[in-house]
Amino acid sequence: MTDAAELRRRTAELLAAYPPADTDRLDFLRARFDAGLAWVHYPEGLGGLGAPRSLQAVVDADLEAEGAPDNDPRRIGIGLGMAAPTILAYGTEEQKRQYLRPLWTGEEVWCQLFSEPGAGSDLAALGTRAVREGDGDWVVNGQKVWTSSAHVARWAILIARTDPDVPKHRGITYFICDMTDPGVEVRPLRQVTGEAEFNEVFITGVRIPDARRLGEVGDGWKVAQTTLNNERVAIGGMRLPREGGMIGPVARTWRERPELRTHDLHQRLLKLWVEAEAARLTAERLRQQLVAGQPGPEGAGMKLAFARLNQEISGLEVELRGEEGLLYDDWTMRRPELVDFVGRDAGYRYLRSKGNSIEGGTTEVLLNIVAERVLGLPSEPRTDKDVPWKDLAR
Amino acid sequence: MSTQPTQRAEPDLLYSQEEDALRAAVRDLLADHCDAAGVIARIESDAPHDRELWKLLADGMGLAGLLVPEELGGQGATHREVAVVVEELGRAVAPVPFLTSAVVATEALLAGEAPDLLAELASGRRIGTLAVALNLPAGSAYKVVRFEDGALHGELTGIADAAAADVLLVPADDGGLYAVDATAAIITAQVSLDLTRPLAKIVLDGAPGRLLGDAEPAVRRALRAGAGLLASEQLGLAEWTLTETVRYLKERKQFNRPVGGFQALKHRLAQLWLEVVNLRAAARNAADALATGSEDADVAVAVAQAFAAPVAVHAAEEALQLHGGIGMTWEHPVHLYLKRAKTDSIAYGTAGAHRAALAELVDLRAP
Repeated sequence: MTDAAELRRRTAELLAAYPPADTDRLDFLRARFDAGLAWVHYPEGLGGLGAPRSLQAVVDADLEAEGAPDNDPRRIGIGLGMAAPTILAYGTEEQKRQYLRPLWTGEEVWCQLFSEPGAGSDLAALGTRAVREGDGDWVVNGQKVWTSSAHVARWAILIARTDPDVPKHRGITYFICDMTDPGVEVRPLRQVTGEAEFNEVFITGVRIPDARRLGEVGDGWKVAQTTLNNERVAIGGMRLPREGGMIGPVARTWRERPELRTHDLHQRLLKLWVEAEAARLTAERLRQQLVAGQPGPEGAGMKLAFARLNQEISGLEVELRGEEGLLYDDWTMRRPELVDFVGRDAGYRYLRSKGNSIEGGTTEVLLNIVAERVLGLPSEPRTDKDVPWKDLAR
Repeated sequence: MSTQPTQRAEPDLLYSQEEDALRAAVRDLLADHCDAAGVIARIESDAPHDRELWKLLADGMGLAGLLVPEELGGQGATHREVAVVVEELGRAVAPVPFLTSAVVATEALLAGEAPDLLAELASGRRIGTLAVALNLPAGSAYKVVRFEDGALHGELTGIADAAAADVLLVPADDGGLYAVDATAAIITAQVSLDLTRPLAKIVLDGAPGRLLGDAEPAVRRALRAGAGLLASEQLGLAEWTLTETVRYLKERKQFNRPVGGFQALKHRLAQLWLEVVNLRAAARNAADALATGSEDADVAVAVAQAFAAPVAVHAAEEALQLHGGIGMTWEHPVHLYLKRAKTDSIAYGTAGAHRAALAELVDLRAP
């Protein structure tokens, strides 16, 4: 049993053997991974020690106190939050050994090739085809969209159709795709904000060895659930101080710029401030439930609440700014490496937050999920469940 | 440059095992003794308050004394436990004077020096009510009676549960808070929107009163606690209306399918669920802040009330609409919840009044 004391002992050992001040950043991260202190709840040999996940904070605190470098988690969020748990759950021993270490150290960035122009909310209808060759390898053709980090990624998690003759959920297989393959073309996809935070990815005749398949042939939908569930966990459950979210910049502007105040804006601001505080308390309550080992269904709702609040609050802020609200900081096309909802000015926040009710599951789909899985209401009658994929309307 | 009060580090927003056990006990008791049909029959009778139920809650379980220290004959519990009881009483729209006597009147007495009265209220053998109109928030001006020649004179309206009270806590024009025996007052029921927490008019015509202390701090303290814990009642109301509507829509069939399978209705119910989840966090935060005497309590109470009132009303209004025709009938209990929720949205200050208080508290001032 690895307890907090044992973890602290191992952390001290790591720090003694690799003093952060005299150690190359990457060398330190690799040593930390090999010491099982990367993600302590992962198995031994794969960056962890099979310890309770809650004890990671003990290690992180000791490392931070000594000025140890971190793996810049914001830059590799898709790898850490989505690819890694899926590889851990479904990968072969060889796959786990090959991919997890450089994924965690940030040497290799990952992206996610799931959504398609014709398969958004109905992801299981995806049409990117993977055909098996005589030698057992796969040849993939298709188009993916809304792919963050594709332009810097070394690898991608990819789901593709391997059997069009069975109903859609059953004919999908999950692969690891080499983003340096010449058949992979990444084009920036410019958004309403003016920048291209994500990409469209054209896949033409890309060969994927069968050794890069995750899970069984035809089991890709089940494997993808692991990825998507982890995406939703990653979105909820953070700890915020009061006014820590989108309400913060508006409240500061209100205090600093009395000349902008009107009675109408005051009423609306106070209402949103209260709702933002209630949502913050709900996230905090969810966090306390997780720490106490009593996870509730509340997590399903957090993204819904924050999407709406971000949109309404940033919309109010543009209006509050009056003449300045008519301006925009910069329309220059850029390809940022990091997603920042609260960065830049009010106009950017207003436009970027429009994506909050679309990315990671649309608000409409999440409401269905709450209604069916939390409240137990019946699903709509379905016409697509037993129809072979090739016969679906499109 | 923010002038916000500092926040306490870690409000405990969960329910403890003891609180869960208390909830289960109260819910069991209410299941056996407070069914909706009985409440509907009672509210138009001469005895709208359920004295049998009050006896079971107060005598049987000792709940009337939760906020009173043990040395004064109470349970020495906190607002956290009280909040759980209030949630359950809200779920059942129970017609008992718990919030008015065991919370608001008790808090007013806790601000003064009347251990004998506190002990009587804690035992539940006597019921008290604060003679301040139900719509007023903490810190607002309230009506007072005239103190003249050692007796009290005047008329007060909108006093919740006064018809059930044995002792009235009356603010007078000399700045004092007086205890007046209900038998010395003329108490007339007012026809109330919410018949489960009926209002009454109090007329004092030379009634003798016992001075308890300064009225202002006692009333402020009582109304703040009332507002903070009312959020838990509103949570209970909203929970019941959501749960009951979901249950009904799974069962009710039209167009050859359960009505609850239509996406337009599912989305409305999911939104409501989200509002209730948020309300639970806000209500727990207020109860915890009151229990710990946090310096953030004013903000926590104002946030809880500003958030709770529209949610409870929305939940009850949706419940009525989604029940369709049956929801419009007197025999279906949804109207009890609608009337209580709408009354609660005014009680101890409207959402707007609490937002106005927040504007000062968190330095988001009006133009």
